[in-house]
Amino acid sequence: MTPPPLPPTDPVFGKLSLAALPLHEPILIFTFLGVAVGGLVVLGLITRYRLWGYLWKDWFTTVDHKRIGIMYMILGLIMFLRGFADAIMMRLQQAMAFGGSEGYLPAHHYDQVFTAHGVIMIFFVAMPFITGLMNYIVPLQIGARDVSFPFLNNFSFWMTAAGAALTMVSLFVGEYAQTGWLAYPPLSGIAYSPNVGVDYYIWGLQIAGVGTTLSGINLIVTILKLRAPGMGLMKMPVFTWTSLCSNILIVASFPILTATLALLSLDRYAGTNFFTNDLGGSPMMYVNLIWIWGHPEVYILILPLFGVFSEVTSTFSGKKLFGYTSMVYATVCITILSYLVWLHHFFTMGSGASVNSFFGITTMVISIPTGAKLFNWLFTMYRGRIRFELPMMWTIAFMLTFVVGGMTGVLLAVPPADFVLHNSLFLIAHFHNVIIGGVLFGLFAAINYWWPKAFGFKLNVFWGKVSFWCWVVGFWLAFMPLYILGLMGVTRRMRVFDDPGLQIWFVIAAIGAGVIACGIAAMLIQFGVSIWKRKELADDSGDPWHGRTLEWATSSPPPDYNFAFTPVIHNLDAWHDMKTRGHERPVGGFRDIHMPSNTGTGIILAGFCLAMGFALVWHIWWLVIASFAATIAYAIFHTFNYKRDFDIPAATVAAVEEARTRQLAAGA
Amino acid sequence: MSADPHAAGHDEIELPHASMRDYVIGFVLSVILTAIPFWLVMERPFSAGATAAIIMAFAAIQIVVHMVYFLHMSPKAEGGWSITSLTFTIIVVVIMLAGSLWVMHHLNTNMMPPHDVSQLP
Amino acid sequence: MSANTVTAGDSVRFYDLDEHAHPEGHSTMLGFWIYLMSDCLIFAILFACFAVLGGNYAAGPAPKDLFDLPLVALNTAMLLFSSITYGFAVLQMQQGKVKGVQLWLAITGLFGLAFLGIELYEFHHLIEIGATPQRSAFLSSFFTLVGTHGLHVTFGIVWLVVLMVQLGKHGLIAANKRRVMCLSMFWHFLDVVWIGVFTIVYLMGVLR
Repeated sequence: MTPPPLPPTDPVFGKLSLAALPLHEPILIFTFLGVAVGGLVVLGLITRYRLWGYLWKDWFTTVDHKRIGIMYMILGLIMFLRGFADAIMMRLQQAMAFGGSEGYLPAHHYDQVFTAHGVIMIFFVAMPFITGLMNYIVPLQIGARDVSFPFLNNFSFWMTAAGAALTMVSLFVGEYAQTGWLAYPPLSGIAYSPNVGVDYYIWGLQIAGVGTTLSGINLIVTILKLRAPGMGLMKMPVFTWTSLCSNILIVASFPILTATLALLSLDRYAGTNFFTNDLGGSPMMYVNLIWIWGHPEVYILILPLFGVFSEVTSTFSGKKLFGYTSMVYATVCITILSYLVWLHHFFTMGSGASVNSFFGITTMVISIPTGAKLFNWLFTMYRGRIRFELPMMWTIAFMLTFVVGGMTGVLLAVPPADFVLHNSLFLIAHFHNVIIGGVLFGLFAAINYWWPKAFGFKLNVFWGKVSFWCWVVGFWLAFMPLYILGLMGVTRRMRVFDDPGLQIWFVIAAIGAGVIACGIAAMLIQFGVSIWKRKELADDSGDPWHGRTLEWATSSPPPDYNFAFTPVIHNLDAWHDMKTRGHERPVGGFRDIHMPSNTGTGIILAGFCLAMGFALVWHIWWLVIASFAATIAYAIFHTFNYKRDFDIPAATVAAVEEARTRQLAAGA
Repeated sequence: MSADPHAAGHDEIELPHASMRDYVIGFVLSVILTAIPFWLVMERPFSAGATAAIIMAFAAIQIVVHMVYFLHMSPKAEGGWSITSLTFTIIVVVIMLAGSLWVMHHLNTNMMPPHDVSQLP
Repeated sequence: MSANTVTAGDSVRFYDLDEHAHPEGHSTMLGFWIYLMSDCLIFAILFACFAVLGGNYAAGPAPKDLFDLPLVALNTAMLLFSSITYGFAVLQMQQGKVKGVQLWLAITGLFGLAFLGIELYEFHHLIEIGATPQRSAFLSSFFTLVGTHGLHVTFGIVWLVVLMVQLGKHGLIAANKRRVMCLSMFWHFLDVVWIGVFTIVYLMGVLR
């Protein structure tokens, strides 16, 4: 097929024109005004309080894994609010659009909303959250001073942020994909999606994907190479283990996404025939390839949180984790098995009985190691002195919720059942059940658990509990109706409905989403109140929960160098071991500590890549060439800088540690 | 990671050591392992099936030769992590290639049966 | 575990008081190797596409009509020569000879350029006779797989040039040695991928 005739493009602006601005959509106009005013206020305040230098020097160019971790979490939180706004718009539309009503969202807008919701929640909420968490915690847990490649870490963050920014730009300049979150061809091909929506989708994910892959490599090498002396593989904390497996999955699956999207973009830009319906192309090959990435992605998201639950359960039960070894083997099994199940996402494609039964069985097999983990957590709690602090509450909510999601997952793994339930709201309910009940609840447990480590004060309990109950109740209200609707045969991504008997379920689901909104609001209030009352909530010990792993061995927040002296590990639960055997914190004999220096290269390169992505979306070829050349040239320029680290003088270390000694004495 | 913190206390890291012997052996083996498949395909002394099997085997051997003699791959490199990551990658690649071929082949036979005109009503 | 028997009084070392920083760049080689593994997966996808779609000629030209095996053999020879010349550069580095390293890197680069030149000639010829990437799924996957390999070689050559300049500026310092070894892995890795390309794409294609 010859490339379809493109509309004439301007040599300077490409396809970009004033018509690309969605001036006819009042919802978008008001959103834009809100964002613009809010953005200007923030920029004004930063300028007013002269924070630009501070932000640039201490945050944007930082190579400190702790600060980068926090920046990832902030990115995830901002994108979470956007993704949730999409969710509530969908719930409202579906609750309204009955009995001849068209609801309030036109089809063109509604289709973008459900696509953006999925993409943002997976790529720009869940991924930054878990990457941020791993970035912050892993080096501390293994007694390291930073990650293996600190500059790369900064670059990875900014690439993720650039991908998110490009996706957000689509809200106000042009449009986003209307294809669903995996952009199946031929719908996402140039013939059926001739506008820029899919291009925004592709380049947003490609740019962020570079960051994700590099950060995965970085963390793998960090865990393999920088563990404190004595920490053999089987003495690593469980969170570090699950992070290792999760990052292995990232490195061994994100290239698949990158390559697949690259082929889709060749189809769109160069007129090749990989996934077209003509000249030998096969759209089903795209579905096959994207799920070879897509299924490991599910485990990339959940594995680190399994680690969080292990740490939390063991800490708040006051016991060492039950079945550490089986936990590690279960994690490794899941890592391998996650590559053997991808076809269960498209049983209905028609590969036949033998293929479907193979993948159905492997899918059911994967529930065994997951079940083993659950029993391990239960046995850890058994006869423990359980403290029902917020992280533990989230963990218990996870256990109760996730099991239901897992069960419905096994149901969907039965191919004949899947033929009935495929693409129904039952599926939607299932994966929200595991992602919210597993990933999000795990993140909330992690945030409540490690917040004191990152900032030196605990989070407010009252608002935390309000948030907890709103989330749990809201979740069940919002998604149980979807299970019922799915069993009745309602498919996903519908905009209007004819059968008035269904409306009550959608109304209940919308109310559930409203309750979840209260939970989110309560969580933001929790953060605000805690920051406001940080003096009262302060923790001077560095170990507020009586933790068991190394991150609690240092101050909160940890100094730039994490540990003045690298700990030596003799036992699993190293910090618990140190406490029970009466370790003595060294107070003298400090040495210079070698640390990496900050650099602006990461943000500058990501900026060029963002410009290139935007130019590619709009076919502004001169800008594509210029920004590509700039990226390469700047990257080469960076390699000519051989002086990339500095020493923290022993005197500085001594002063910081002296302050810590006083703080500990005051707290005791 | 060794338990002894001083083990890594050198200023320079150990780079894999290469020798002229390795490179020459690798090169000669590669030339042989490349030339034979080309000759087999250009001259066709065997049937297509047999030739295909032979050249695939030669390619597999040549990949190992490159890994050992040019990339200095050994079970000891980087504390065994190089070979572990390579093994894992090979497993994933095999699953993906074999799986895709299997899935897509069955799809094609099931969903695009050859048109048999005699069976039409 | 011994932990239960040791009491607080025992002198167990919990901190490394006489610590030496990790040597600079001691993780780089492993990190780069893992990056190559991820790159390997990108190629694996392209191979998978070629394996699945490579028979879909869409009534267009097939490998038999297009591929010129002597030319491919010549190209393979170029890459193989560049591999051993890179090896000579590494050997020179081990003897601490900067000029020798630069010379052999330059020769490697020339072989790389020859490889690219032949590949471009082949592509140009194919497009001229109407076998464009748009013609069929077979040709789409052929051009993408071989072209992606070619792009990697191109970046390898750019890197070679940059490295030669850096060697000239700073000599054989530890950082530069590490870079020579990383590029060595990259270069030989491309050679390994090429084994797959000439076997599966060209030889098997002609057999088909």
